[in-house]
Amino acid sequence: MTYIIQGETGDWELVCGLEVHCQVISKAKLFSGASTAFGAEPNTQVDLLDAGLPGMLPVINRICVEQAVRTGLGLNAQINHRSVFARKNYFSADLPLGYQISQFDKPIVGEGVITLDLKDGKTKDVGIERLHLEMDAGKSMHDQDSTKSFIDLNRAGVALMEIVSRPDIRTPEEAGAYLKKLRAIVRYLGTCDGNMDEGSMRCDVNVSVRRVGETKLNTRAEVKNVNSVRFAMQAIEHEAQRQVQVYEDGGQVVQETRLFDSATGTTRSMRSKEHAHDYRYFPDPDLLPLEVTQAEIDAIRASLPELPDQKKQRFMDEWGLSPYDAGVLVAEQETAHYFEKVAEGRDPKQAANWVITNLFGALNRIGKPITESPISAAHLGKLIDLIKADVISGRIAKDVFEIMVETSGDPEAIVTERGLTQVTDTGAIDAAIDEVIKANPEKAQEVREGKDKLLGWFTGQVMKATQGKANPGMVNDLLKKKLMG
Amino acid sequence: MTKLTDLSLAEARDGLAQKKFSAVELTSAYVAAMARHADLNAYITPTPELALECAKASDARRAKGVAGAMEGIPIGMKDLFCTEGVRSTAASRILENFVPPYESTVSANLRDAGAVMLGKTNLDEFAMGSANVTSYFGNVANPWTRNSDDKTLVPGGSSGGSAAAVAARLCLAATGTDTGGSIRQPAAFCGIVGLKPTYGRCSRWGIVAFASSLDQAGPMTRTVRDAAIMLGAMAGNDPKDSTSAPIPVPDFEKALTGNIKGLKVGVPKEYRPQGLSAEIAKTWDQGLAWLKDAGAEPVEISLPHTDYALATYYIVAPAEASSNLARYDGVRYGLRVDGEGGLDDLYCRTRAAGFGKEVQRRILIGTYVLSAGYYDAYYLKAQRVRALIAEDFRKAFETVDVILTPTAPTPAFAVGENEDDPITMYLNDVFTVPTSLAGLPGMSVPVGLSADGLPLGLQLIGKPFDEETVLKVGGVLESSAAFTARPSRGEG
Repeated sequence: MTYIIQGETGDWELVCGLEVHCQVISKAKLFSGASTAFGAEPNTQVDLLDAGLPGMLPVINRICVEQAVRTGLGLNAQINHRSVFARKNYFSADLPLGYQISQFDKPIVGEGVITLDLKDGKTKDVGIERLHLEMDAGKSMHDQDSTKSFIDLNRAGVALMEIVSRPDIRTPEEAGAYLKKLRAIVRYLGTCDGNMDEGSMRCDVNVSVRRVGETKLNTRAEVKNVNSVRFAMQAIEHEAQRQVQVYEDGGQVVQETRLFDSATGTTRSMRSKEHAHDYRYFPDPDLLPLEVTQAEIDAIRASLPELPDQKKQRFMDEWGLSPYDAGVLVAEQETAHYFEKVAEGRDPKQAANWVITNLFGALNRIGKPITESPISAAHLGKLIDLIKADVISGRIAKDVFEIMVETSGDPEAIVTERGLTQVTDTGAIDAAIDEVIKANPEKAQEVREGKDKLLGWFTGQVMKATQGKANPGMVNDLLKKKLMG
Repeated sequence: MTKLTDLSLAEARDGLAQKKFSAVELTSAYVAAMARHADLNAYITPTPELALECAKASDARRAKGVAGAMEGIPIGMKDLFCTEGVRSTAASRILENFVPPYESTVSANLRDAGAVMLGKTNLDEFAMGSANVTSYFGNVANPWTRNSDDKTLVPGGSSGGSAAAVAARLCLAATGTDTGGSIRQPAAFCGIVGLKPTYGRCSRWGIVAFASSLDQAGPMTRTVRDAAIMLGAMAGNDPKDSTSAPIPVPDFEKALTGNIKGLKVGVPKEYRPQGLSAEIAKTWDQGLAWLKDAGAEPVEISLPHTDYALATYYIVAPAEASSNLARYDGVRYGLRVDGEGGLDDLYCRTRAAGFGKEVQRRILIGTYVLSAGYYDAYYLKAQRVRALIAEDFRKAFETVDVILTPTAPTPAFAVGENEDDPITMYLNDVFTVPTSLAGLPGMSVPVGLSADGLPLGLQLIGKPFDEETVLKVGGVLESSAAFTARPSRGEG
């Protein structure tokens, strides 16, 4: 799918790369023993180091290192056996040390790749430039007092993975797909909860534009504060259009940091030149170079779960699902788990159909995520079993499904209690057919004269007469015998 | 009986063990001496009550048969070590009223070994200086004076308070920290022993950081044996300091065998620059002669990158300092000077008022050398030269066991001298800085007096984590020199 911005002087193309900060799932912070639990009272999870007290020293939390390696492996990336922590120096009220311990020219993870699943079922590879570990800053709160700002250091020192993509993204949709895929991967891996609302996954987008056909990279702007997939797509779209306008008006795009305003869907310049940061990076002398052995990497690799791409391939190869269906089902780990429970020992295509069409539809309608689905995977599986065993028809199954959405009930019990069991008694079906034929003699005659299409109409009428309980296959067979036999 | 304050640490330890006197008696003698010689300004914060309490507790432990390696020994603590409940200033206005809720690893090790802290000793602000004249709490007076005049002399720096206190018998021993010579140079200026261990031997946790890749704590004592005892109590791997070495601490005192037969003593030709005072050169030759007499073999060596050491040091150390001192911003603790201009104004006012001139100078130098466009030319190049300097030593130690050099190019100078130009002051560290850059152990031993009656020291440099050889050779130098002169001020 191409994405062209039409300007007055010609067509423009979007060039975009993303920098995503993922908060590492770990009990303690990157360099201190303080807890990382979300939602605690301000300044209750602060170690002496996190508060920047004199003489305090960082000690690396190896769990965070393992998580970074795990994520790197999930991104099919190069793991660097030796990486270096550097200090990024700048003053900020919520940065107690006066520098952020980060990684600069020697990150723990090098080049990798993410495969995007696009709407049309196609895929696209986006390169990963690097992943590095760094500590988060605290939080400034400016709305608590009219003259003072308050600082919460609970978040200060929490481990982040900054994942930087190559400028391979060409459409806002791809940016959205990238974020969703990255989130799926880190959640499958258990290295980040991917929660953009709570800020445990944050995104900066780098946007530039160029005339269609050009291959050089133009000056980019970095848009910060984009904290949902939708906002990222909006911000990119707006920023690309703004830049096209700047060029078309004869201006030049300046390299700058811009802030996304979700209320207006626009971006605005954030820093004036006199505040341009010179971070004065240098290797942190308090820390030794970070070593990761091949044995450690191998052990982590051996413990990796099945990732979305592998799962998708398996669903296609072993279960015969279409690329689109497989892609949809693996996009969220919870969905995949749910689906696998439903499909286990059943017809996977039928299971996929029920999950994608019926369940997703219902969840969408009642506004609940799959983790809060009123229908358990076991119950949905049972429903499919009831169809297969000819206990109920597909039509009745849809009614039972709706009841399950409302009551969370067991389909077997619903069918029994409500007397929805399918009629397979030939005599009863015969009687119903005879009634329908009797009531519609002209139509019956038409069928006898060869108008096959009307047979379906008769089936429908019989089903209606039996409140859907008749076995539709049997109805069809008997009708054929009576009218065309 | 000898005055209690005249005993060495080893003698006091043995006297305490033999119950000749109690820790309270010993501590009281020092507390009285501190009060009598407060004019030396060796202490920023004396803690006499606390000291007597600790001494009492020490006596109680001993009565129960429990005694650590430093049991009942009254010591001075450089005010760069954070001490729980006792204000820790780094001799800076910005930390004037800072009382840490934690104890540094080294001071905790000493406390756990039974040592009694007499107070926090003066230093150059944030350990930046070679004369102890940059302290916010005023300069320290060297207890020694020249024959030729009665000017107040500097004790050296930055551990000037510790050096003066040990020399004037205002404590039995003291902790120092050394970044480019801050233990060894003041030890030489005050006629005491000062040992900077190998980088990584002592934990830096809880020591106010100056330059993290160079800072190292060490003992300042009156004898080599005392340094061995005290280092043993200070050192050890600390999981809280990633740069502390995971290697066991030997019994340093056992290294003092006096036997240096066949040992090769390196004499670097680059340490005899033109203009080296004849007096210093003579002392050096004398030291070498003593070691030769004791059976060691002098070997001329070359450390070709020595000339670049000082420039390298004055890039690396300020660079790290500029970052390490960023946390003193007036936001969470320490001095805060509010202004009208918001946060940036708060930073500017606090740091302008809180830091002295030398500290500000080094922050500016450090910020400059790390800046975009200058990093490669300064910081990166300095790191490369640093590696070459370390390589010089590594090669030299393929042929020699220890290196002997002067500690400082001059004896102590008067307050006010060498202050016109910061570079002159920086030259004081010319013989000590290369060792620091290479992370090697170095010890200054007092070996004689200048013609003007001031103590002179020689420096012994060892292989990484070979403090034992340094101490062993230092012991021989000490007994050959038989340095018994006493300063004119302090406890007589």
